[in-house]
Amino acid sequence: MKIVVCVKQVAVLGDEVEFADDALDVDPDYLDFALNEWDSYATEEALRTRESLGAEGDEIVVVSVGDRQVEDAMRRCLAMGADRAIRVDGPGSADPITLARLLAPVVQRESPDLVFCGVQSSDAVQAATGTVLAELTGLPRVAVVTRIEWDPSAARAIVHRELEGGLVDVTEVDTPALLTIQTGINQPRYATLRAIKQAEQKEIEVVSPAEQGEPAFRVRRMFTPPKEEGAQMLDGGPADIARRIKEIVEERLK
Amino acid sequence: MSAVPMNGTLIVAEHVRGELRDVTRELVTAAHDLGEPVAVAVIARDPSQFDVNLEGVDEIVNVPVEQEEFENEVYQGVLEAIIAERHPYAVLLGFTVNSMGYGPAVAAKLGLGFASDVHGLSREGGAVVATRSFYGGKVDAELEFPAERPVLLLVRPTAFAPAESGGSAPTTHFAVELPASRARHLEFQDAAVGDVDIATADFLLSIGRGIGEREAIPQFEQLAEKLGAVLSVSRPLVDAGWMPNARQVGQSGKTVKPKVYLALGISGAVQHLAGMKTSETIIAVNTDPEAAIFNVAHFGAVADLFDVAEELEKLS
Ligand SMILES: Cc1cc2nc3c(=O)[nH]c(=O)nc-3n(C[C@H](O)[C@H](O)[C@H](O)COP(=O)(O)OP(=O)(O)OC[C@H]3O[C@@H](n4cnc5c(N)ncnc54)[C@H](O)[C@@H]3O)c2cc1C
Ligand SMILES: Nc1ncnc2c1ncn2[C@@H]1O[C@H](COP(=O)(O)O)[C@@H](O)[C@H]1O
Repeated sequence: MKIVVCVKQVAVLGDEVEFADDALDVDPDYLDFALNEWDSYATEEALRTRESLGAEGDEIVVVSVGDRQVEDAMRRCLAMGADRAIRVDGPGSADPITLARLLAPVVQRESPDLVFCGVQSSDAVQAATGTVLAELTGLPRVAVVTRIEWDPSAARAIVHRELEGGLVDVTEVDTPALLTIQTGINQPRYATLRAIKQAEQKEIEVVSPAEQGEPAFRVRRMFTPPKEEGAQMLDGGPADIARRIKEIVEERLK
Repeated sequence: MSAVPMNGTLIVAEHVRGELRDVTRELVTAAHDLGEPVAVAVIARDPSQFDVNLEGVDEIVNVPVEQEEFENEVYQGVLEAIIAERHPYAVLLGFTVNSMGYGPAVAAKLGLGFASDVHGLSREGGAVVATRSFYGGKVDAELEFPAERPVLLLVRPTAFAPAESGGSAPTTHFAVELPASRARHLEFQDAAVGDVDIATADFLLSIGRGIGEREAIPQFEQLAEKLGAVLSVSRPLVDAGWMPNARQVGQSGKTVKPKVYLALGISGAVQHLAGMKTSETIIAVNTDPEAAIFNVAHFGAVADLFDVAEELEKLS
């Protein structure tokens, strides 16, 4: 059994924002980086699938597009228990069609039984890369999965697809398949310090990017949303704020 | 595809268990900003059961298929066939769980311009310009798309007002042969019902990941009781198993519209806002002055939620 998990190192914008001189993106000095929350659930789900169904020689492979820096996020997954990591040396933040074009050759080469992506990346919220990747690799797919019961011998999985309002669509999907994993499907494990140390020593395979083709969109301008309609801010210390909140609540509940 | 003139905006209606979803009406309003005739495709066993005759719709395209409920390969096959025949200028789908499963695939296969979570649309000459957010809703970006190709956009629910009923569009029929689905709908399971219905409360005290740890929950249960509020939460607290599903506000939880929504330590992710942004009064407390929740809040305070909670406790 082999499961490929696509993971992204996401950018987290702190309490302050400045834009780069060309106004096409945020100044990178204002960004912190982390493993995408959804991808830690996807990695955990792959590990659990192996633990419940697996045999000797099964592999969990994490794949990420990005520069060297994204190896930090990949090593988090290795520390959790993934066996191998492959980095595609391309732009880690791009439109979902470009990203999937970069991921597809690796998935094809690995020819896994399952491919997991996160539902979305927290910084870009495209919720699209997985679905495009399934299209480019010819795999059936289900998006926003909260439960998986896979029967490898029948080449079929019964999965829960979580719709708006929490309604669950129970879906039967042929495997190999690509599933986009939703938070809450499991509780991702913490890596032990020892595992983190060991992951630092592991080699990450680097592959050159495939032909990207035309991007699906181009950013023309980035800006902070207009604030005029924003909140009336309550000043003062916690006691003043609490008093004002109490007043507002009492008035509005009348 | 560029050789054929493109025209019209195509919308795919969304429905579940025999009910049209609100986002369909919102897409009709969004389409208006593109100034093209609007066609709404309805894909179902009996498409005529859905009333999509809304103001601003110029044509209804009924597409009868075997499957009553959504399957991504069915919707993909139908949409590709309609695009191939009609060369629409733009295709608008909701940024919903269903669309996430097929919209991006159609765009990739046909080489269309594409973006998701679009919340603003305009047209400059022949070109579509779309606005979407990045970095957890903290910044917006204007996007442009490859020239002379249709664009397929997933439009953020609740970003546009719903179109009114009462249109007078003619209905046409569209037939398509589809291969067997590789992902098949079996059944629905309803969301869990809880001990309280947060959707009917006048005053919600809503806590998010900012509370940090499970041990903090009892403190807010007490505070809610003192204030006469019902306690609700953002999704991470449910994912972690700290609170039951029924307490979750947002797209995959409950849509609420209380008189007062007091949000402590909630960032304001798009799926959270979708469930509470029409609350009558929104008060948000967050240590991050750039938090997206302040864009929808009526009153905001940049402060530590525990300090404010402690003071509120003293006052009640
Ligand atoms: C398909 C789909 C459906 C979803 N449905 C929902 C849904 O129904 N409901 C929902 O909520 N989410 C939903 N989400 C998840 C959503 O994208 C966000 O991940 C989630 O809303 C974030 O919750 P949060 O604001 O509590 O956490 P975070 O985004 O982590 O924000 C925590 C906030 O707390 C602040 N903070 C930290 N410490 C303090 C302190 N001491 N005092 C004050 N402030 C502090 C931080 O500045 C931050 O803004 C969905 C996602 C997907 C993909
Ligand atoms: N740079 C990347 N490298 C690997 N996988 C990615 C990358 N960007 C996005 N993904 C995958 O696509 C999912 C959805 O991201 P997005 O479509 O950008 O919201 C993520 O959870 C990852 O599984």
